[in-house]
Amino acid sequence: MNWAAIAAIYRFEMARFFRTLTQSFISPVLSTSLYFVVFGTAIGSRIQEIEGVSYGAFIVPGLVMLSVVMLAISNASFGIYFPKFLGTIYELLSAPVNFIEIVIGYVGAAATKALFVGVVILVTASFFVELRIEHPLAMVAFLVLTCLSFSLLGFIIGIWASNFEQMSLVPQLVVTPLIFLGGTFYSISMLPPVWQTITLFNPVVYLISGFRWSFYGLADVPVALSLLAIAAFTGLCLAVIGWIFRTGWRIRN
Amino acid sequence: MNTILSIRDLRKSYADGFEALKGVTLDIREGEILALLGPNGAGKTTLISTVCGITTPSSGSVTVGGHDIQADFRAARRMIGLVPQEIALEPFEKVMNTVRFSRGLFGKRADDGRIEEVLRKLSLWDKRRNAIKELSGGMKRRVLIAKALAHDPRVLFLDEPTAGVDVELRKDMWDIVAELKAAGVTIILTTHYIEEAEAIADRIGVINKGELLLVEDKAKLMARMGKKHLSVMLSRPITAIPPALARHNLELNGAGDELLYTYDTHADRTGITKLLNDVAEAGLVLRDVATRQSSLEEIFVTLVKGETP
Repeated sequence: MNWAAIAAIYRFEMARFFRTLTQSFISPVLSTSLYFVVFGTAIGSRIQEIEGVSYGAFIVPGLVMLSVVMLAISNASFGIYFPKFLGTIYELLSAPVNFIEIVIGYVGAAATKALFVGVVILVTASFFVELRIEHPLAMVAFLVLTCLSFSLLGFIIGIWASNFEQMSLVPQLVVTPLIFLGGTFYSISMLPPVWQTITLFNPVVYLISGFRWSFYGLADVPVALSLLAIAAFTGLCLAVIGWIFRTGWRIRN
Repeated sequence: MNTILSIRDLRKSYADGFEALKGVTLDIREGEILALLGPNGAGKTTLISTVCGITTPSSGSVTVGGHDIQADFRAARRMIGLVPQEIALEPFEKVMNTVRFSRGLFGKRADDGRIEEVLRKLSLWDKRRNAIKELSGGMKRRVLIAKALAHDPRVLFLDEPTAGVDVELRKDMWDIVAELKAAGVTIILTTHYIEEAEAIADRIGVINKGELLLVEDKAKLMARMGKKHLSVMLSRPITAIPPALARHNLELNGAGDELLYTYDTHADRTGITKLLNDVAEAGLVLRDVATRQSSLEEIFVTLVKGETP
């Protein structure tokens, strides 16, 4: 393993993050506060409690997931797409690094940034509502796995994209609807029975349900199923990346 | 001299059937400067990209310092530095950081002292804290060279290093190349500028339509292919070449006051003595006489047109 190369990529990517640290910090704080004002206060005043948890606190895990997933995708896709766009990818391709090292560097940095924002949102949320974390280890595990798996997805999108429009295609047209319909702002049990069944085909449901369970012990689907789902998703992303690695798809002539 | 880079029957064809390299075989000696000349689309960049790992070859083999570029890619690539044709740099990054990144990427431990040496050599030290976007085009090209040198490569590829740069910078670039050669770095450069190859290369390779037409010592090539021209300037212009001089195949140039005679320096007889005698006998008065060697450019044009070297 070329550890020096992994460290170089990781540091280079993190430097981009630190250059814009204020934006990286303020943006999630502001958007989380807005969600609390709009959903927590306006809607929360009518819903009051869901299964014994105040509405404001109930939406926190979903809010964290929403931001973490979007940021992991955008950081990782941008991280690898930008060198393609600028032409600086020649250096990666001519360096004594293999694809696994490239992935560890870029995905590791993207996941770290997403994790940072996830923690910032949790801290911000704690100013608005009373947070309770019943299973802290599971919470950390879900958070880290989500950061990693969606960074892997972002990396794939970045390799696939041949323009900036395509970069935002998957996050906006696929991921955002799945997150909003995945129980971020409501419990699935609040839906009519037909929709409850349909919702089970949304993979994000498993993610948010498992994450929420780690906070309040409440889950729409069994926790084991949630873990299985996120493990399967990570495995799928790794398999796709492995295939890209073997074929050099969209990278090497 | 040892061979540091060995290319054997290297081929590259694309899905649409286009053959960018049609079996290139080339040995590059340690410490030499090889200039690859060729028109646009000749395969120069494809050849470099394939050796450096950016393009996968269809067949053939390449070894760098004895390491196969595919089976032993890490050892091979550690020996190579590449300065690409296009200026490709992350605009917001600082000069120092981008060079540090390159060194790390090639598996070398961080060494700011070494990076300082490289930046000073390229007159970039004062700009180390500047973001790349603040630099001029010439400075950016220097940053590309600094990045390529950050891991102390033994072989340096310069893909058209002076394309679109001003005369002063071009001369600077030649000085840098000379210094690197003195430090023992093997340099392969591609260029459109024949004067560049003529000025700095030890050997010249001519590539066209994916085939290497020849590789030869510059001096030998010039001597072998170089024709000399003798210019005979006349005191009084003439309107036609006198019949007595017809056998010399002269050209009448200028305002009728220059007779141009082309001869081969390697022929047993150059015919100069006879020509000058005939000129005197024809009653022409000489004002001046000059000789000129044909340039590499003329040699190159002759080769690419497919005429026998």
